[in-house]
Amino acid sequence: MKYSIFSLAKAALSGHQGWTRAWRDPAPKSHYDVIIIGGGGHGLATAYFLANEYGIRNVAVLEKGWIGSGNAGRNTTIIRSNYGLPGNTGFYELSMKLWERMEQDLNYNAMVSQRGIINLYHSDAQRDAFARRGNTMRINGIDAELLDAVQIRKELPFLNYDSPRFPIMGGLLQRRGGTARHDAVVWGYARAADQRGVDIIQNCEVTGFVRDQNGKVTGVETSRGKISAGKVGMAVAGSTSKVAAMAGMKLPIESHVLQAFVTEAIKPLIPGVVTFGAGHFYISQSDKGGLVFGGDLDGYNSYAQRGNMPVVEDVCEGGMAVMPMIGRVRMLRQWGGIMDMSMDGTPIIDKTPVDGLYLNAGWCYGGFKATPASGLVFAHLLARDEPHPEAARFRLDRFRRGAMIDEKGQGAQPNLH
Amino acid sequence: MRIACPFCGERENGEFTYLGDASPKRPNFAVDSGESPERVEDAFYDYVYLRDNVAGFMREYWYHGGGCRSWLIAERNTVTHEFRSVTAAPGVGASKPVQAGE
Repeated sequence: MKYSIFSLAKAALSGHQGWTRAWRDPAPKSHYDVIIIGGGGHGLATAYFLANEYGIRNVAVLEKGWIGSGNAGRNTTIIRSNYGLPGNTGFYELSMKLWERMEQDLNYNAMVSQRGIINLYHSDAQRDAFARRGNTMRINGIDAELLDAVQIRKELPFLNYDSPRFPIMGGLLQRRGGTARHDAVVWGYARAADQRGVDIIQNCEVTGFVRDQNGKVTGVETSRGKISAGKVGMAVAGSTSKVAAMAGMKLPIESHVLQAFVTEAIKPLIPGVVTFGAGHFYISQSDKGGLVFGGDLDGYNSYAQRGNMPVVEDVCEGGMAVMPMIGRVRMLRQWGGIMDMSMDGTPIIDKTPVDGLYLNAGWCYGGFKATPASGLVFAHLLARDEPHPEAARFRLDRFRRGAMIDEKGQGAQPNLH
Repeated sequence: MRIACPFCGERENGEFTYLGDASPKRPNFAVDSGESPERVEDAFYDYVYLRDNVAGFMREYWYHGGGCRSWLIAERNTVTHEFRSVTAAPGVGASKPVQAGE
């Protein structure tokens, strides 16, 4: 069924009884050309691009729970391409361009909203660093504007401009940045991939790899039986080390918990996304009205999908510091997701030392904005056996070679990225 | 999460700073060990970048900066956040002589 204003009107006239399910619920076949482990945004996008761009339609996406139940449904929905380092700049702009046409490509309303993202600065040095990043973006054809406090005050009059510790002097604005509806991204890719022949198999946990006598991965053992495959791709950020260990691999990744928060819904207040990096805080407002915000990692290894109170306090203090009026709204919910923290803060999209097994991992806490490009370049790698030009630096061996992409300059300390 | 510091008693985890996995050991090759550069590089690559990233009980370093300022080693379950033990970690950071490539 194609979604349009006409299908909506027709369904409305019949009391919305006529909607069919958006994707099938198939039983696993015995063989697929490509198996993707992980039914999050990245896995489903990979399957969609394999079928749509590379003509590989005998594909299965295996998900141990339900699709979008991991970080795809836990993030704070921000999209942006304001990166400064070679490797990142082009990749995230590719992603932004795919966001801009996603809804037409998928025939699905993902509520992509380019409402702008502004990074606040508080000192001359920080302004210079932001000017440099903005110039890097503009040289690469990405929009960036450096604003002063007067310009920001017009749009965001409610911020605390005169804090003695972090007075707001201005900000770096990317107008094409914004938000998208995270669940709709998952559902849109699932529906579009399914329409192109991809089997989405939920409640199917991978429990091991099937290897031939040369060690090549030729399939997976799952909770729903053995499935053979020409190639297997992992897109299981948060659980990457656990799945990789089944193939005997040790990776430059740690799993950490990141918390996110939403307040009760209020009338429209915040026009875009505001980040207060100096205070470990960022915020936007969802279309439903809730203020969606977050801060830093808790800082310790965790697979628990829940955090602890000191970071809740720290994030709320950051909010009060930059936007004192936030103290008047009540916090509604707070949750945690498990981040695949890599050793340089940058993802890994590469073949692995194990033949037949491909890796898409290390997204740290920036995976959501990358969803479309991650799917495209991982599909390219799986289909062509060579990296997509925009992901050519996201190699697994870059740590061994000393070719890190460390946007934050923190070194090999995953909880600081 | 509350951490039972052996010196200060049970405190909330905001007083502590996390370093990470306590199991990687810094390679300490003797100058005349005769090891190939590749093996030395492999050993340092493993030490600096690769992690077991355990799901379950893990030995890890915590620093009690909001209390006694001691380095501690905790055994903590990364799936449940349950602590099994917290002990002092004297001499942490000192590079102890070990066998080449150990």
